Amino acid sequence: MSIAPSDSKGAGGALKEASIAALLTLALCTPVIMFRTESDPNDGTLKLLFRPILVLVFMALAFVGRLAVLAYKAQPAKAKAAPAVGAPSGLRAFFSNVIGPVGLIFLLVYPVALVLWLGPGGSLKWIDSYGIQILIYVMLGWGLNIVVGLAGLLDLGYVAFYAVGAYSYSLLAINFGLSFWICLPIAGILAACWGMILGFPVLRLRGDYLAIVTLAFGEIIRTILVNWTAFSGGTNGIDSIPKITFFGLVFADADNGFDNYFHMDYSPIHGKLYLYYVILALALITNLVTLRLRRLPIGRAWEALREDEIACRSLGINTTNTKLTAFALGAFFAGLAGSFFAVRQGFVSPESFTFNESATILAIVVLGGMGSQIGVALAAVALIGGFEILRELSFVHWLWFDLELIAALVIFMGLGLLTRKLLLSAFVAVAMLVGASLATMYGLKSGLLAESLWGVFRYQLDIDPTQYRGLIFGLGMVVMMIVRPRGFVSTRAPSIFLVRRTAVSGDLVGEGHG
Amino acid sequence: MRWKSDPLLVVEHLTMRFGGLVAVNNLTFEVGRGDITALIGPNGAGKTTVFNCVTGFYKPTEGRLALARTGVADRSRIEALTRSSARSAKQGEDELFLLERMPGHLIAHHAKVARTFQNIRLFQGMTVLENLMVAHHNLLMRASGLTVLGLLGAPHFRATEAWAVERAKYWLDKINLMDRADDPAGELPYGAQRRLEIARAMCADPTLLCLDEPAAGLNPRESLELNTLLNSIRDDHGVSILLIEHDMSVVMQISDHVVVLDYGTKISDGTPVEVRNDPKVIAAYLGVADEEELAHVEAEIHA
Repeated sequence: MSIAPSDSKGAGGALKEASIAALLTLALCTPVIMFRTESDPNDGTLKLLFRPILVLVFMALAFVGRLAVLAYKAQPAKAKAAPAVGAPSGLRAFFSNVIGPVGLIFLLVYPVALVLWLGPGGSLKWIDSYGIQILIYVMLGWGLNIVVGLAGLLDLGYVAFYAVGAYSYSLLAINFGLSFWICLPIAGILAACWGMILGFPVLRLRGDYLAIVTLAFGEIIRTILVNWTAFSGGTNGIDSIPKITFFGLVFADADNGFDNYFHMDYSPIHGKLYLYYVILALALITNLVTLRLRRLPIGRAWEALREDEIACRSLGINTTNTKLTAFALGAFFAGLAGSFFAVRQGFVSPESFTFNESATILAIVVLGGMGSQIGVALAAVALIGGFEILRELSFVHWLWFDLELIAALVIFMGLGLLTRKLLLSAFVAVAMLVGASLATMYGLKSGLLAESLWGVFRYQLDIDPTQYRGLIFGLGMVVMMIVRPRGFVSTRAPSIFLVRRTAVSGDLVGEGHG
Repeated sequence: MRWKSDPLLVVEHLTMRFGGLVAVNNLTFEVGRGDITALIGPNGAGKTTVFNCVTGFYKPTEGRLALARTGVADRSRIEALTRSSARSAKQGEDELFLLERMPGHLIAHHAKVARTFQNIRLFQGMTVLENLMVAHHNLLMRASGLTVLGLLGAPHFRATEAWAVERAKYWLDKINLMDRADDPAGELPYGAQRRLEIARAMCADPTLLCLDEPAAGLNPRESLELNTLLNSIRDDHGVSILLIEHDMSVVMQISDHVVVLDYGTKISDGTPVEVRNDPKVIAAYLGVADEEELAHVEAEIHA
């Protein structure tokens, strides 16, 4: 807050601050973005590319961004009508009541609607890398939510249990020929056992110490999988894992195939649809169990443990058992998800279970709002789906690198800051944007402006924006955590109520101390 | 003198050392069944340490803490239990516990000792009702068949939970927080949080209720209400109370038995009237100068 300009500073101060931001960006971008090496496609030699324009673009973005933040802060402070707690009312209550059922119906209809709309070929990607992929992470997020969100135990090695589940299925199926549906609960139970094994030594640890030990545990499991080649195949992993079956019917173009049995033409989409509904069912089971447990004494004990462990002990709650059940149950669901992962991929290797995965799952839980089921689901969609959708970035080409738009934004921010009249400055900015576009189009057409500045910029900036998805994504996360530090859903729903259901403000809810 | 004839808790030779610091030194006292016993003393006298030993948060360096939940704390039985390696002994209906051998949660669960804290420890992000429901944990856990039956929605569990809600409502009514049952505990005013903490401890169904400075920060009216509440807890619910208190009006009005600590040792033990007139207590509270120093100062004045 201290860097917000006071009224006396005004526009000059704001411009100065924005310039400083731009200069900082220059300093940051010079080593990272200014130079790039590329191998020549013809002779394979390395070439050094010099990209000053791109740095300028980033500087402009930083300048505009800083101005925007300052303009927003310079607005006369509105009285914040935010009661810390209250029954959700109006639109909000409607939204929170409706989002569950609507989301469920959407999830049930989604793949079928896609197949009808895009055909079996076109919808494959949307069902597989969006639908199934996201649902796996929703399930993992819900599982970790038990440990982190409810019990308040920071677990950075969650992916270890995912790995245990995946390898359990792979090894059981290959060595003993057991089917997926038999292996699924076994994998879950094995992962739960590992959850307990992890739980015992870390019971006395709290906060950062707990996080470090769980992190180490995750790495230990991965290292074992890498090095114990006779058991796990080492870095090569395990391949040709048996595929999922539907009451013994395989999803393949074979005599005992699903399609053949039901007298349909073979299509790979059937298998994908089946996988989709299996992971949807698994995720929903995770959700239902968690929702129910929250209303049972064990769930309340988890939350009480997050709030105050010492008070828990004084009420006769066995904190050891309570923590262990949280670890075990979280691990159980990760085991189920891991098992599904293996049957879907048909191939597992330690590379799929790096710390990155743990971090992603934890980010889903934190971004969703710790303890909130809907929030975690939304966060998984935003994080996994968002990252995937940034692959299809071509449609934002114009938005991302159009300097006209940036110029218009600068004008908008500057005017807004000077006059404090947002509507007026927006109108001026849009008018100038339209004018500039028309002029450019006319100029390009008539050849007058073909070599103009705009043209040069456009040419220079014709690069693949998908390279920047990590950056865009990171920025999005940072902004999100500034705007909503407690995640998408920042309130806690009580597990029981007498008269009215109040939402408990996130400020009151503890984050757990490990 | 009920604490001599029918003690609920017998503390003998309790010593607690933290490194070189002796917080409690060879302390012996009794808590009478059905009494309100006050533990008083200047700051740093070791009162809270005694509490932490009784409730299992500390393991005493030396000493014995015998609690007869039901029946008589018979000396020979205590000795017999001490010689065995067991934590508790059951003889018919009579249960005897050696608290120094039990972990904290079992003291609360089996020996039925509940406590409150000097700095209030409510579950702030949970509602008032939820706080009271957590206190029913062990009862509900058993009724839910260690969660399995509860997950399936067994009728026995539902009935038990309904009963727990009714009991929570009873206590909410008693502490005048009925209309705030669905509000988060962290939003309550200070006095209400103190009352809620007591109600939460009562929902754990204690035999002995340990209150660490229950009147701290209360205004005179709230303090008066607290007296009524504590008397009712003792008279209507048959729960014995052990409390630490600085507010002498509370101590003198409601307690049956006062134990005074100073520097970890007991300096007085008796009824409020006896203790109030004990010169050692007056000295500990008001401070007495060293006699030699006093003479020295007097000599200087006269010279």
